[in-house]
This record gives sequence, structure tokens and C-alpha cells, in this order.
Amino acid sequence: MPSLPLTVENAAAVERAAAAPFVEIDNVDLRYSEHADTHALTALQMSVAKGEFAAVVGPSGCGKSSLMKLVTGLLPPTSGTLSVAGKKVMGPLKIVGMAFQNSTLLPWRNILENTMLPLEIVQPHRAQLRSKRKEYEAIARGLLESVGLAGFEKRQPWMLSGGMQQRANLCRSLVHSPELLMLDEPFGALDAFTREELWAVLQDLWMQRRFTCILVTHDLREAAYLADVVYVMSARPGRVIATHRIDLPRPRTVASTFEPAFVDMVHRIRDQIAQARTPRKPSVGSEQGVA
Amino acid sequence: MTPKDHRNLERAMPWIVIIGSILLWQAAVRLFSIQEFILPAPTDVYAALIKYHEPIFASAWFTLVNTMIGFGIGIVVGVLLGIVIGSSRLAYAGLYPVLVGINSIPKAAIVPILVLWMGIGQPPAITTAFLLSFFPIAVNVATGLATTEPELEDVLRSLGATRLDILWKVGIPRSLPYFFASLKVSITLAFVGAVISETLASNDGIGYLMVQAASQFRTPLMFAGVTVIAAMGIATYVVFALIERRFTGWATRRQDVPVAGGG
Repeated sequence: MPSLPLTVENAAAVERAAAAPFVEIDNVDLRYSEHADTHALTALQMSVAKGEFAAVVGPSGCGKSSLMKLVTGLLPPTSGTLSVAGKKVMGPLKIVGMAFQNSTLLPWRNILENTMLPLEIVQPHRAQLRSKRKEYEAIARGLLESVGLAGFEKRQPWMLSGGMQQRANLCRSLVHSPELLMLDEPFGALDAFTREELWAVLQDLWMQRRFTCILVTHDLREAAYLADVVYVMSARPGRVIATHRIDLPRPRTVASTFEPAFVDMVHRIRDQIAQARTPRKPSVGSEQGVA
Repeated sequence: MTPKDHRNLERAMPWIVIIGSILLWQAAVRLFSIQEFILPAPTDVYAALIKYHEPIFASAWFTLVNTMIGFGIGIVVGVLLGIVIGSSRLAYAGLYPVLVGINSIPKAAIVPILVLWMGIGQPPAITTAFLLSFFPIAVNVATGLATTEPELEDVLRSLGATRLDILWKVGIPRSLPYFFASLKVSITLAFVGAVISETLASNDGIGYLMVQAASQFRTPLMFAGVTVIAAMGIATYVVFALIERRFTGWATRRQDVPVAGGG
């Protein structure tokens, strides 16, 4: 039977593809110059599977934002290799969704127009935008509705509260259905209640769409609430000192952040970061999990 | 005073100040019996304005045309320079010191050189108007482009946006308020440039009219000329202020629009 070995081979290929990480960072160093103070990341090792939600936490100045730029190809690593979707990252990736602490909505566009900005840039949407305007608008409206912004499409950004602006920002980063979403402290500037609301919004979006997501944050509860896996980074030059799998069932709620297993996990991560902040060498590469 | 009265008073303030100072002027001239060739009373200026309205308005039109042509060239050159300086660090490093140098030369000192090259009359007036007006435009457009948030640039670059995309979608709209603000400054400078050149080297225009009037001690006519220049300056400023409000309303958030609350 000629078909049998082929099938087996296919199955193996499929399995290999599934096991192969979507984002792979292998022994990456990043220096902004020869000066020792500008050594941002060292021997960075990280791999995020397709559809996985990863969070990166660490003391301030540990190079979390540099990591964002590395993965999206906006900065080349000084040494080491970095690949996304099986391809080595050589320049800016063209399909990534990104959102920052500052919502960076364009003040001269209304919320709907802001949300549709990526469609004006990313191919093939860019070429089709004119002819399929209605369809694209429906996508954007649907997305806005799913984060609770229905009825605000025609408002200008400054008419919205910070939390609503950040919801719109999330929609903008997802409107072109990116396979990879990079979030840099997206809820950092919001009050505690709004932040918790938006955790749920982001979790819902992720559970529906299952994009691969890397969230950089300093909020440990946020990391543990949202992520499948939390990477703890050391002080500058940053490297991964611990990896935690969060196996809590989804959808998680704010109530689940008060369960003992969750609190315990947050405390352990906190201790590791406290150690990382002090000059003495922290323990390296501990792998832990929580049920 | 109710808030409404207060608002009305605020609106009336410019007129109160203008009319008040004219009255004060008139009273001072009469009270101290100042001679007309030193300081004419507003009524004398008005009389001169009526009497010589034909030459005054012909000259004013000439000056206005020169100003507008110079200003138009100033806009084109200023915007292009601003885009180049604002979007390239190399161009900024190379051009900015030169521009600052050019801008700090008193333009009255340039007019004789321009006359040497172009003769007298319209060409040096237009050129001087241009030279005075392009700089604020270039600097403001460059500033607008340079204030693009780096995060937003990252967002767009990670979507595969080219530099031209970023310029078109973000840089230029962002620099529009700066651009329009600079127009208001530049249009008055363009008037200054045209009039300077006319006083030094022209047989036409408000500047020339004033030099002529001065040489004949016709002081009321000189003041009539100044009044017309001021009126044109204010009128063009208002026009560009209105255009600014029309195009960049988003940059001047109105307070009366309801702000949506919630998370």
C-alpha cells in the first residue's frame, strides 16, 4: 500500500508542526551599544506554542519592551536566533498585532476608522478595502461590539474613557486577524476595576480566536489570570529565570484570582522577582507548575 | 454679573480696547494740540483715507498680491522642507542650522541683493515675503512629524507599513494643526516682507506710498497706509484661523461635547 506510509508521514509532519513552537527565541542577546549599561537581554530562551498565551514578567528595566521589539522584528538581535511561524525573523514582521499602554488612537479618526487602520496597511486587505468596504466595516463593528463598544463607532477617541480607548486599541490590534498578538503593559495606565474588566475582555477574545499572544506586564495577577505560561525575567541584562505553567481552568474570573492555588502561584512569582531585583545571583531555570 | 454677561463682555473686549485707544488718541491730540505732521488725530487719518482711497487701495492691492504670491511659494517650500527635515534625521542635522542661519538674517539687509539680481518692484517684494514666511511653516511641519508617537510607529511597522504609509496615515495628519498654526504666523510675516521690500525698492505698493508720503510730510496719509496694512493683516489672519478650525477641529477639543464615561 503506497498510501499508508504517506499517511503516517503526514501524521508525523502534522504532529511535528503542532509541537514546533510558533515563537522561538534561542540564546538571544541584545545590546544597544558596547557599553555595559545597554546590555538589555542575555541568553534569552523562550518558546511559545501556536495559540498559546504567554506572559512575561520581571522587575522594571529588565528588557521586556526590548523583547517586544525583538519578536516583531523591529530590532535585530545582537546574537542568537529568533523565529516566528518557523521562519527566521529578518526584518519587521508584517502580520503582527500590537498594543501598548498608551492607546495611540489617532485623534482625527473616529473609533471605527481607528479600528480599521491595519486594514489600510496589511495585504491583501489593503488592496480589497475599497471594493469590500462593507464587509470589512462589519468585521470591525463586530469586534467593537464584542468588547462592549457598540454604539461608539462614530465617536472620537478623546470622547472615550481610558478603558474604552484601550478596548478600541485591542480591536485595532486584532482587526486583521493576526496570528501573533504582542501586548506591552496594555492595561498599565488603567484603574484596578477597569483593568480586571479588560482581562475578561481579552480572555474572551483569545478564547474565541486562539491567536498566539505574548503579554508583557508587571502585574503578576494579570499575568497569572491571562496566561498559559508565565516567564519570569531577571534584572538587566534580562534573561528567563523561571517558567510557570498556569493550568487553571478557563474561562478564569476575578473570583479565581482569590483561590488559594492562584494566590500561591502569584506569591511564588513575586518572590522570584524580588530575588531578581537584588544583586545576588538568583536560582536559574526552575520549572514549576500548579494544578 | 451673570455668566452670560461675562461672555458678552469677553466678546466685546477687543472692540472696547480698539475704540477706547482711538478715543484716547483723539483726546490726546486735541488736548496737547499736537501738530498734524507729528501725530495726526484719528479723524485726520480717516479723512486722508477717504480722500486718497483710490491710490491707497491700488497700492494695497499690489501689496496684497505680492504678499500672497510670496506666501504661496512659502507654503510649498515650507511644507516640503518640513517633511524632509521632520522625517529624516540626516536632513535635519544638515539643513536645520542652515535654515536657522537664513532665518536670523534681517531681511531688510537682503533686499539690496535681491534688487541687484531682480531689479525693483514685484520680484524682490515677492521674494522677501517668501523668505520671511517659509521658515515658521517648515519648522512647524517638522515638529508635527517628529512628535509621532514611537509606539504608533512600531504598531504600523509591525503591520508592514512603509515609511511613506506612516507619513501619509499618521505624520501628515498629525502635523496639520502645527501647519495651520504656522500659517497664521507666516501670513503676517509675509506682509512684513512685502512692505519692507516696497519701502526699499519699488514704485508701487503700500510701502512705496508710505515712503512717498513721508518725504512730503503727509503724515495722515502715512497713518492711513499703516491702518490699511494692519486691516489686511488681521483679515488674512482671521481667514487662516477659520481654515484651521475647519480642518483640525480634532486638535482643539470642544468643551461642550458630552464625554462618554465607563470602563
